[in-house]
Amino acid sequence: MAVLNWEVIWQYLPLYQEAAILTVRLGTAGIALAILIGLICAIVQYFKVPVLRHVVAVYIEISRNTPLLVQLFFLFYGLPKIGIPTNATVCGIAGLAFLGGSYMAEAFRSGLEAIPAIQTESALSLGLSQAQTMRYVILPQAAAVSMPAFMANVIFLLKETSVFSAISLMDLMFTAKDLIGLYYKTTECLFLLVVFYLLILLPVSLLGSLLERRLRHAGFGS
Amino acid sequence: MAVKILAETLLSIEHITKSFGDNTVLDDLSLAVHKGEVIVVVGPSGCGKSTLLRCINALEPIQAGEIRLDGEIIEPNSKNITELRQKVGMVFQSYDLFPHLSVLDNILLAPCKVQKRAKAEVTAEAMTLLERVGLKDKAKSFPRELSGGQKQRVAIVRALCMHPEMLLFDEVTAALDPEMVREVLDVILQLAAQGRTMLIVTHEMQFARAIADRVIFLDGGKILEDAPPEEFFTNPKTDRARQFLHIFEFEAVKHHEPQEL
Amino acid sequence: MPDLGLNVLLQGKNMARLLGGLWVALRISLIAVVISIPLGILLGILMAGKNPVIKAILRVYLEFIRIMPQMVLLFLGFFGTTRAFGWDLSAEFAAIIVFTLWGTAEMSDLVRGAIISIPKHQYESSQALGLSKRQTYLYVILPQATRRLIPLSINLITRMIKTTSLVLMIGVVEVLKVAQQIIEANRMVSPNAAFGIYLTVFVLYFLACWPISLLARHLEKKWR
Repeated sequence: MAVLNWEVIWQYLPLYQEAAILTVRLGTAGIALAILIGLICAIVQYFKVPVLRHVVAVYIEISRNTPLLVQLFFLFYGLPKIGIPTNATVCGIAGLAFLGGSYMAEAFRSGLEAIPAIQTESALSLGLSQAQTMRYVILPQAAAVSMPAFMANVIFLLKETSVFSAISLMDLMFTAKDLIGLYYKTTECLFLLVVFYLLILLPVSLLGSLLERRLRHAGFGS
Repeated sequence: MAVKILAETLLSIEHITKSFGDNTVLDDLSLAVHKGEVIVVVGPSGCGKSTLLRCINALEPIQAGEIRLDGEIIEPNSKNITELRQKVGMVFQSYDLFPHLSVLDNILLAPCKVQKRAKAEVTAEAMTLLERVGLKDKAKSFPRELSGGQKQRVAIVRALCMHPEMLLFDEVTAALDPEMVREVLDVILQLAAQGRTMLIVTHEMQFARAIADRVIFLDGGKILEDAPPEEFFTNPKTDRARQFLHIFEFEAVKHHEPQEL
Repeated sequence: MPDLGLNVLLQGKNMARLLGGLWVALRISLIAVVISIPLGILLGILMAGKNPVIKAILRVYLEFIRIMPQMVLLFLGFFGTTRAFGWDLSAEFAAIIVFTLWGTAEMSDLVRGAIISIPKHQYESSQALGLSKRQTYLYVILPQATRRLIPLSINLITRMIKTTSLVLMIGVVEVLKVAQQIIEANRMVSPNAAFGIYLTVFVLYFLACWPISLLARHLEKKWR
């Protein structure tokens, strides 16, 4: 088994650092948009808004049943051919948002649906309006129920950013692949790749299980 | 119980019909509730008791007839429905406290957000009421820390803090352990003594007998009997009511010959 | 109407080549699925069991596999092992190994979740009826756990199919690679072919995954 060459690692470190920042930046932007799309879709589905709910249903099916890589290829290489100019950054963020929106929508929707009808009814019977019921009674509880699925989605989407390398965004994956191709320091490159992904993903994962434990301790729902 | 002199009509239900698909749950039902009156609604399960209460609170639309409170029509789509609902307090069978809010916040939510009353004033009132139902020390607790009986007492206080003109109780003790039933019923008895107008759905026949000014027997979506409690329990007029009351009696079995189950 | 590459697909064997490429990707996922499911069930049962050492080892395996992007796993499996052990794996074989390891981890987590989701009183009431431990598992626990498990594992299959699109990145000639080749070969006659052909690949993946998702949802509703 090859032993790590630390000199090489120190030499590559800044490149990976830069790439990690890009990964996090693009990931954060895509996830933020995905949350927005997910919220809109979940509310459309919860209130069964006519017409729109069908649009949302079709979107969710398409988004969930195609790989991000194929979505990105279409966005990045396909769209310019019909006159829609794109660049890699926009495509990456848009692709992640397109994919993540449906996952977030499902997380939020299941949270909303988990709140029993009696909660709405008792709020209404106290004289709260629909909007007040949503804001003070349903949403706070639904957010708590959605939290584990939400955090799982955040991790899933951060991982999916590794696909960005396919459209030449210089993220961690791209950097590793590039360096391996250039200098064949495979072991060191892969070691750094794993370490940097752990640095990004472990804190999010730990935060997720911490939140989940606290929510379970709070024992919402009954 | 002393006979009350009937005051003006607070709630009037005129020929309402409520159905779910082909299933008619309330069938051309009429009822008047007067101010200060305590009416207990009894009947076999599925007879429409709970649906009746839910219609009064406009949680269910009705297909025909009308419900008026203080002369104003109650229906789910009317503009002032939230104001009408404030005049009617409702307590449900179970789990209707908001689990993410403390006991006090459960009580404060509607008075502060809907009636825009000052928090300090409502808090003072809430604490007085909590004390009266023996739960002053639970104000900061969360619903999950309370027993079923305690939750229901908080739900009653929550409804009272909106200063409703009328209270609806929908089988509030049905999900409780037997030893907790009493503490909830005692609170409702206190309210009756204060002269509150109440419509109570319950399976506690002893309680019904003690608290009711009128007992209404509902079966198949119709009112089959409407009588003072003594009369209803000792001498029901219809066979259905007699059969229904019979369910609550048990015959001694010990002296019978052993039988195969 | 400008030519968007759909004509190119109808020429010669292009469509057949594209489908052939899809089959390469599907074959990798199907082989991985077939191996992962029994392995995952085995590991899942071990993880729901009582041996703390086995549980700890499996936990580390599971957490590592699940926190790493699948693309990183592919790189580790392909470039990493080639370098470390000096063997010469074909990209396709490396992909099968990596997806099997990943699928097994995911499957074992589903199995563990399904087993521990059966409430304790189900065990207790079975024992109260006089069922032996074996009978309890056979007639009470496993049928219920299976019902929860099947929709979830079918969902896992669609996830694995979608993820196999990544094998492009380690040089397996699959549907996206074939698409690239077709676009490249026709760039003079049909410069805009990228739109139509990538759209076709998009639709092909959708057609491969959607029916499986529908089946999973159907079973989930039916068995709830």
